[in-house]
Amino acid sequence: MSHAVQDRPVAFAKPRGPLAHARLPRWAPAAVAAGSVAAGTGIGLAAGWHSKVQWGMLSALLFVLATYVVTTKVEGARQAKDRIATSLVWVCFVLAVVPLLSLAWVTVSKGLEVLDGYFLTHSMNGVLEVEAGGGVYHALLGTIEQVAIATLIAAPIGLLTAVYLVEYGTGKLAKAVTFFVDVMTGIPSIVAGLFVLSTWTLMLGFGPSGFAGAMALAILMMPVVVRSTEEMLKLVPNELREASLALGVPKWRTILKVVLPTAIGGITTGVMLAIARITGETAPILLLVFGTKLINPNPFEGAQSSLPLYVYEQYAVGTDAAVARAWAAALVLIAFVMILNLVARGIARWKAPKTGR
Amino acid sequence: MAKRIDVSGLSAYYGAHKAIDDISMTVEPRSVTAFIGPSGCGKSTFLRTLNRMHEVTPGGRVEGKVMLDDENLYGSGVDPVAVRRTVGMVFQRPNPFPTMSIFDNVAAGLRLNGTYKKSELADIVERSLKGANLWNEVKDRLNKPGSGLSGGQQQRLCIARAIAVEPDVLLMDEPCSALDPISTLAIEDLIGELKERFTIVIVTHNMQQAARVSDRTAFFNLAAVGQPGKLIELDDTERIFSNPSVQATEDYISGRFG
Amino acid sequence: MVTTTPPAIEKNRSRRAKNASRPGDRIFSGLSKGSGITLLVIMAAIAAFLTYRTVLAVSKDSTNFFTTFEWNPAGDPPVFGIAVLAFGTIVSSVIAMVIAVPVAIGIALFISHYAPRKLAKPLAYVVDLLAAVPSIIYGLWGAIFLVPYLDGLNQWLDQYLGWTYIFDKSADGVARNLFTVGILLAIMILPIITNVTREVFLQAPKMHEEAALALGATRWEVVRMAVLPFGRSGIISASMLGLGRALGETMAVAVVLSPSFVLSGHLLDPGGGTFAQNIAAKFNEADDYGRDALIASGLVLFVITLLVNGAARWIIARRKEYSGANA
Repeated sequence: MSHAVQDRPVAFAKPRGPLAHARLPRWAPAAVAAGSVAAGTGIGLAAGWHSKVQWGMLSALLFVLATYVVTTKVEGARQAKDRIATSLVWVCFVLAVVPLLSLAWVTVSKGLEVLDGYFLTHSMNGVLEVEAGGGVYHALLGTIEQVAIATLIAAPIGLLTAVYLVEYGTGKLAKAVTFFVDVMTGIPSIVAGLFVLSTWTLMLGFGPSGFAGAMALAILMMPVVVRSTEEMLKLVPNELREASLALGVPKWRTILKVVLPTAIGGITTGVMLAIARITGETAPILLLVFGTKLINPNPFEGAQSSLPLYVYEQYAVGTDAAVARAWAAALVLIAFVMILNLVARGIARWKAPKTGR
Repeated sequence: MAKRIDVSGLSAYYGAHKAIDDISMTVEPRSVTAFIGPSGCGKSTFLRTLNRMHEVTPGGRVEGKVMLDDENLYGSGVDPVAVRRTVGMVFQRPNPFPTMSIFDNVAAGLRLNGTYKKSELADIVERSLKGANLWNEVKDRLNKPGSGLSGGQQQRLCIARAIAVEPDVLLMDEPCSALDPISTLAIEDLIGELKERFTIVIVTHNMQQAARVSDRTAFFNLAAVGQPGKLIELDDTERIFSNPSVQATEDYISGRFG
Repeated sequence: MVTTTPPAIEKNRSRRAKNASRPGDRIFSGLSKGSGITLLVIMAAIAAFLTYRTVLAVSKDSTNFFTTFEWNPAGDPPVFGIAVLAFGTIVSSVIAMVIAVPVAIGIALFISHYAPRKLAKPLAYVVDLLAAVPSIIYGLWGAIFLVPYLDGLNQWLDQYLGWTYIFDKSADGVARNLFTVGILLAIMILPIITNVTREVFLQAPKMHEEAALALGATRWEVVRMAVLPFGRSGIISASMLGLGRALGETMAVAVVLSPSFVLSGHLLDPGGGTFAQNIAAKFNEADDYGRDALIASGLVLFVITLLVNGAARWIIARRKEYSGANA
C-alpha cells in the first residue's frame, strides 16, 4: 500500500476559500415562508381548490423549493442542503401541529355546546336518540368502575412481575417473562377483548358485564405497568440495596422498605399513565360490556356503558343531537385522561428519584 | 499553513453570566501555547471562542475580535462552519464517531468539504494517521469501528481526524486528562511534532505538561467564584515557570492555591 | 492476608445464608415469581383459546380462509375469508407509516435539535399528552372533520394522479376510504413515534455532535453524522411500535371507513376493511359461530402484530453494536 503512494502525485485536502461568504439575512427563512404561504393561498384561490389541505401542502412544497433555490444561489450547495433540512423539519412541525391543534380545538368547542352539570349527572334513560338531552353519568360511572377493577387486577401483578424481573429474575424464566411482556405490549386491544370473549363469555357462559371488560383492560394494562415499574426500579442505585442488605435487613424487607419507596413516585406515574391509556379503550368494551342507556352500578352483573363506548354509540346514531352528545362525552373523556396525565407527571416531577435526570 | 491568532477585547457569556472578560492576546504560529489556571477560570471557554464552538452552547454569546492573520472570525458574513473547518479541535474525552470505521472517521471531515477520489482519500487518511503516530497500529484494521481502540489510540485517531482537513490552527481541550501516563506521553510527543505544521493551543490542568510541551504559557484566573475569568499573563513558558511577573501566577504554579 | 476463614465467622455466615431463605423472603419472592408466571400463562391462554376457536371456525368454513373475498359465516354453507381484511389492514398501515415515520423523525429533530428552547419544552410536553388521546376521539374528529377536508384532495389526486391506478377514483362517494384511514392512522401514531424518537435523539452523545461541529459540519451534517446513526435502532423500534398500533386500531377505522367486502387497489374508492374494524362492525349481529369466525380473523391480526414485534426486536438486536453505548 505504501509504495503505491509514491507512484501518484500526493493528494491534499482541498484548499478552503475565505471564511466569509455571502449569507442570507436572519429574516430570510421567515420571509420565504410567508411568501410561500401567500403564493400557496393565491394559487389555491385562483385554481378554485376548496380544500385548505391542498393550499397548505402547496405552500409547504413551495417553501422547501424556494429555500433551496434561494440558498443555492446565495450561499452554495452545502448550505442549501442544511437549509433544506431545516425547512423540512419546520414543515414537519407545522404539518403535525395543524391537525393536532384542530383536534383539540374541535373537541373543546363542540364539546362545550352540550356539556353542563345536567349532562354529567343524568343517564340516557328514557331519552330518545333523536332528541336532545340525556347525559353521560351512566357511562362515566361504568368507566370508573371498569378502570378501577382493571387497575386492581393489573397493578399488583404488574408491579410484582417488575420486582421479580429486577430483583430476583435470572435465567430462562426471567428472559421468557421479559420477552412476553414485550409481546403483550403489542397486543391490539380488540384481540384482548376477543380472548376474554372466547373464555369468559363463550366457554364459561357469562353474559356481558363491566367485569368482563375490566379483565380485557387489565391484560392491556399489565405490560405497561411492568415496563414502567421496571424502568423505575432500575433507576434505584444498587448502593442503596447493598447498604440495606449489609445492615442485615432481609431482601424482601429491603425491597419493601428501601427499593419501592425510593421508586414510588415513578411507579405511581407509570400506573397512572397506564390507567389513562386503558380509559380510552373502546374495542374490548364494545365486545364485552355491550353498552346500555341505564345506570347500572354493579360491574359484575349486566351490561354497563363506558365513556368511549358512549361516544361511539352516539356517533353511530348520527342525528345532530346525538353527535353533539358524542362531542360532549369526548370532551369529558379527554378531560379525564388529561387530568390523569397531568397529575401523573406532576407526581413524577415531585417525587423524581435523585438519580434521575 | 499555520496562522497567527490575534485576540482583542474578547468577552464570552453564558446567558447573563459573563464567563471571561476582555481578553487580548496573540498566539504565535508554529508554536504551542498552553492555557493554565484553576477550574472555572474560563480557559476552556476561551479556547472554544477561537473556533466559534462557544456559541453552540445554549445561551453562549461572544463579544470582541479574533483575527486569524487578516480575517476576523467574528466579522460580519463569516460562516462559523467555515471557521471550524479552518480551526480544528480535539476534545477532553476522545470522541471518534462510533458508527464509523477508523478510515471513515479520519475521512469524515474531508467528505464534508468536497469530493475526493478513492485513492486521494486513502492517501490523505494514511498521511494523517501517520501524522498522528497511529498508522502502524491500525493499518490492518482500517475498516473496524474506531470505538474498538484504546483510549490513547482513540485520542490520536481524533487528532488524525482533525489534521486530515489541514486546518490552520489546532485547539486541544485537555486532550490527555482522560488518558493513562503512557498514552499521555505519546500525545505529548505528537504535539511536539505537530507544531512544525500547525498553530497549537492546548488547555491543560497539568502544569508539568504545560512546561513540557508548550513554548508559551497563558495563565488565567478569576477573582472569585461567579466572577468572570481573566487573562493574568502570557509569556514564554520558561519565564512563566521560573520568574513570572505576576504574584498570582507564581502562587498558582508553586501550588499555593488552585 | 487472611487465607483461611476462622470457623466462627464461617458459622455466622451459614446462619446468614439461612436467613436469606426465611419465610418472608420465600413468600415475597414466590409472589413476584408467581406474577411473572401469571403473565406467561395469560399469554399462553390467549394463544391457545384464540387458536382453539379459530380451528372450530375454520374447519366449517366452506372456502379458503385466506383467499376468500366474502364474510358470511351465517350462510349455508358458511363462507368467509380474510383476504380483503388483510389487504385493507396492511395498506392502511403502510400509508400511515409512509406518512408518519418521516414526519415524526422531523418533529423529533425539531424538538431535540432545531426548535428554539422556549418552544421545544412545551412542545415535547404537548406531544406527550397527545399520545394519550383516546383513539375514539381521533375517530370522531376524523369522521366529522377530516373526511370533508380530504374530499377536495381526493378529487385532485384522482384528476392529476389518476393514471397511477391507485389514485384512480372509480366510484363516487365521500372520502371514507383506505387512504383517509391511512392519513388518520398516521396522525394517531405520530405522537407515539415522535416521543420515542425524540428521547433517543436527545440521548445522542453531545461529544460526537461537537466532534462533527469542530470538523466544520453544518447543523444538518451534524444530525446526519452524529444523531441519526445513533438513533437508528430507536427510530426502528418506535416505528414498529407505531405500526403495531396502526395494525390493531379498531375504533378510529370503524368510525371513518365505510366498509365493503371488495378488494380494490383504488385507494380512493370507499370500501375495504381491516381486521379490527370488521370485528367491531360485525360483532353485534354475529351468532356464536359468527363470533368464532371473527375470533379467527382476530388471531390472524394477533399473529401479524407478533411478527412485527419480532422483526423490530431482531433489527434492534442486530444493530446493537452501533448503539454507541460502548463509546
